[in-house]
Amino acid sequence: MTSTAGVVVVGGGQAGFSVVSALRGAGYDGPVTVLADERHLPYQRPPLSKKAHTGPDGLRVDLVPESFYRERDIDLRLGDDVIALDRTARTVITRTGTRVPYDHLVLATGARNRPLPVPGAELAGVHALRSLDDALAIGRALSTARAVVVVGGGFIGLELAQVAAARGAHVTVVELADRLLSRAVSAQLQQHLRERHERSGVRILTGTAVQSVEGSEGRVRQVVTDRGTLPADLVVYGIGAAPRDELARDAGLAVDDGVIVDERLRSISDPRISAVGDCARHPHPHAAGLVRLESVQNATDQGVLVGRRIAGASEPYASLPWFWSDQGDIKLQIAGLRAPADAVHLVAGDSPERLAAYAFRDDRLVAVETLNWPAEHLAARRLLGRDTPVRAADLAGSTLGALARARRATEVRT
Amino acid sequence: MPTVIFQLPDGTERKVTAASGTVLMQAAVAHAVEGIVAECGGNASCATCHVYVDATQADLVGPPNDVEDEMLDFTAAERRPTSRLSCQVQLSDALDGLVVHVPEEQV
Repeated sequence: MTSTAGVVVVGGGQAGFSVVSALRGAGYDGPVTVLADERHLPYQRPPLSKKAHTGPDGLRVDLVPESFYRERDIDLRLGDDVIALDRTARTVITRTGTRVPYDHLVLATGARNRPLPVPGAELAGVHALRSLDDALAIGRALSTARAVVVVGGGFIGLELAQVAAARGAHVTVVELADRLLSRAVSAQLQQHLRERHERSGVRILTGTAVQSVEGSEGRVRQVVTDRGTLPADLVVYGIGAAPRDELARDAGLAVDDGVIVDERLRSISDPRISAVGDCARHPHPHAAGLVRLESVQNATDQGVLVGRRIAGASEPYASLPWFWSDQGDIKLQIAGLRAPADAVHLVAGDSPERLAAYAFRDDRLVAVETLNWPAEHLAARRLLGRDTPVRAADLAGSTLGALARARRATEVRT
Repeated sequence: MPTVIFQLPDGTERKVTAASGTVLMQAAVAHAVEGIVAECGGNASCATCHVYVDATQADLVGPPNDVEDEMLDFTAAERRPTSRLSCQVQLSDALDGLVVHVPEEQV
């Protein structure tokens, strides 16, 4: 059958962009359409929680200029979200009533923030962060905020805490769990991370539950917790995200906290539909079961894999997961996937700010977390991406950087 | 406004003009130069904006900074004497006519 409807991508974030960029890069010459609900040209999300928020120029970084799409005949439609899939007719339907047919559909819908489930969350001065518009609103609020309460000690919360502190605000982070980043970072490294935040003047309250947000005349005034009341003229919350998988679910695709896909990122219910990025739940050679990863790396690499696959390639998804979070002067980087039962060893670097946590499973290195040590992070990515395992004995008194240099030298000789 | 020539692995080249003060990586991304991945957005975190400065201009551009120098040991493509991370190179009028070579691999 000759195909003419081409590829439709739902979502204009990092993952959706990577799909269409890879499609054209691999020589696909059929129609390519991107349907994005935001009005902005696709942009980078990482700077939104990290930059100083001093002006829009510092926050907005387009992924590529508008000419990129035009020159590659990519039909980029902004500001219209998809509200339904008709799998029988192979058509998506947008809010404005447009029907767009597809031969292959890629869901790159991302995730949405979990709402703050307490009374007062609707008050003015209570913000979450996901979009450029959210970031601009927080930036405006920061220009007058004196007392900032950050609800949630995850990546977004800790990044914003440092942004607010750098703007001169008094900042308190409130976290329900008994430590920061409880799912993402080892307890050992977390302790050092916490101390660095506290030394920079950010107050951290773990094991603390927010009970309500109170205000007057519609504006936030204070945050009530089970351990006391905190004055606040700005509240920012980052308490996790949920995949935007309702289109898939409503269309009868298998969904379980994300669109379930196979190792080539196709829906297990419909081979004409793929899912990539934050909204996809997928197998991974480094994980025991299915995983859903929220990261730029995952969005990029999955988008590239699906773009190339539609253009004719056929490799399974196996990219090494990696991640970074710049929290003021603290540069946290993670390579690999750590499980809670893994054995973690802390290793000090050659200067006081450098620290690494090596995670071993059955004596094999599986993940590396670093603070302010990008070279060690890169060495970890090189070593974890190879078939040759790294054992604890290989690292006795050494760093991954030294080991990677030694192994590279050996490879060059042989 | 300095002009930079990116020589791509396939033998083609891209000529990019950017304002003085622009970071080389940003100039590449703004003009969609293939092979400059820049996954981290320019924070010296990922080493996916690796370039080889043309040997005749290495002195003009100067050496990498300390953090960059260490990271260059672990780039995807081999390190060479004129390797730089383009997110750490700021363009100036003195660099007008700069030629950089984009490696085969970044990730």
